[in-house]
Amino acid sequence: MIIADKNTKAVDLVRAALDKAKEFEDYHCFISMNEARALDKAREIDEKIARGEKVGRLAGVPYALKDNYLSPEGVTTAAARMLDNFPSPITATAVAKLEAEGAIMIGRANLDAYAHGSSTENSYFGPTLNAHNKSRVAGGSSGGSAAAVALGIVPFALGSDTGGSIRQPASYNGVWGMKPTYGTVSRYGVVAMASSTDVMGCLANNADDVDLVMSIIAGKDPKDSTTLDNFWNRELEDAKPKKKKIGIIKDFLGDGVNPEVIKTVRDYAEKMKKAGFEVEEVEMPIMKYGLAIYYIVQPAEVASNLSRYDGIRYGHRSNEAKDLDSIYSMSRDEGFMPENKRRIMIGNFVLSSGFYDAYYLKAQKARTLLINAYNEAFEKYDALLCAVAPAPAFKFGEKTDDPLQMYMEDVMSVPPSMAGLPALAAPAGTSKEGLPIGIQLIGPRKSDQMLINIAKSVEEVA
Amino acid sequence: MAITREDVSHLAKLSNISLNEKQIEPLMKDLGNIVGYISQLDELDTEGVEPTYQCFDMQNVWREDVIEEFEANREDLLNLTVESEDYQIKVPRVL
Repeated sequence: MIIADKNTKAVDLVRAALDKAKEFEDYHCFISMNEARALDKAREIDEKIARGEKVGRLAGVPYALKDNYLSPEGVTTAAARMLDNFPSPITATAVAKLEAEGAIMIGRANLDAYAHGSSTENSYFGPTLNAHNKSRVAGGSSGGSAAAVALGIVPFALGSDTGGSIRQPASYNGVWGMKPTYGTVSRYGVVAMASSTDVMGCLANNADDVDLVMSIIAGKDPKDSTTLDNFWNRELEDAKPKKKKIGIIKDFLGDGVNPEVIKTVRDYAEKMKKAGFEVEEVEMPIMKYGLAIYYIVQPAEVASNLSRYDGIRYGHRSNEAKDLDSIYSMSRDEGFMPENKRRIMIGNFVLSSGFYDAYYLKAQKARTLLINAYNEAFEKYDALLCAVAPAPAFKFGEKTDDPLQMYMEDVMSVPPSMAGLPALAAPAGTSKEGLPIGIQLIGPRKSDQMLINIAKSVEEVA
Repeated sequence: MAITREDVSHLAKLSNISLNEKQIEPLMKDLGNIVGYISQLDELDTEGVEPTYQCFDMQNVWREDVIEEFEANREDLLNLTVESEDYQIKVPRVL
């Protein structure tokens, strides 16, 4: 990415991004723009450079912020009516770290409301169009972030990933997306979805930019006690795969997966061989249960996290409500999208007495089996390879009538989330119709930079 | 597993969401399909397996019990509510 310096003005970088955002307005990447403040901040940076003062590692770099991050400019909506007038009183740690390095937020990117969805069709403000084909979805939930990067509006965007929300839209739009190890980046100041798998990450056009942005936003934060000590503090070259062995997850090369997607994964495996890796298929039968585990645990956590929206302290309050109880229930009916309600209700179902053992407890036990299967695989392999999603971007409306079909989109992306593992989505091919297809590399905890290096070495032979 | 009209109403009550009649029928179908899908975990033998509730190694992260200035002030926080008076949030009378 281009960083501002004596020869490149931050104002020009920001203005170019804002112009492009206007040019591609019909893609609906953004919920709101941050034009005036972005230009002010760019001018400040240019003045600093002119005075010979030190500027940050991302000086003058424009970026898109997924609209579930809190920051004082404008409102943070999480793409839900519930928060459509929520001026954030605090700043997310990841945002503060980027701003401290001189990055400039030009707009708030669209998402599925509360990050519940795989297409951005669940946004209260309308869907984002795919950067490569306007009749297709951008994916989700970080669809606005992915399309903004793919269209060249910004060199990078922040996203959040609970079960695939960075990787799947990255794959659908042909950009890179990093879902880091659980705990890498502070969750402070981001609208919570499912706390045991929520991670903050980024989308960008190349591996080095992913590494740079992640190295800045990673690290321990006293405001999020689940954050890890910063392991992203070494040079990228220092994180090398040791075994030079990769496992392709065989269970994701069969039924229900688009043949073009399978071909892309196999082609990628061939490139890996050329790059010096030994590649073999590995059977992981537990993988096919990943989605069921996720759609028990995640709604349960969603139900808990979204119980805070009561129409009292902040967020939408129904005008029709007459008493306290109806403020709660009517504000929640009006403020949430249908998918939010389904997840809350499923969550309360699996947690309710009589069903807890059969669903919630069962899923958390199955989660242990899933983690064990990964641990076993990583004794043999540096990383695992599979596609990000079973097919390229689908058409608008194709899956909106059947929530379960939409969930199937997440079948390959949720297993690493349930295990807290890093997963890197990288562009790998294009379908006959011209739609991008991505692969993902999954590694042991804290192997994030190694995954980036593996992908880079494959890119070099291609 | 079939989800009945009563199930949907019960879950809506647990979830504190007021649903109109029109929303109930589609929810019976959608929730029924989802519950049918997640029930496939029955096939897995989890006898004697410990559950995993979180996947990081830490437990009980301690910190000093000191008062720190919060980045948002009282006015900003109160401005987020629909109605407040004398630094208190107003709600309809409860009793």
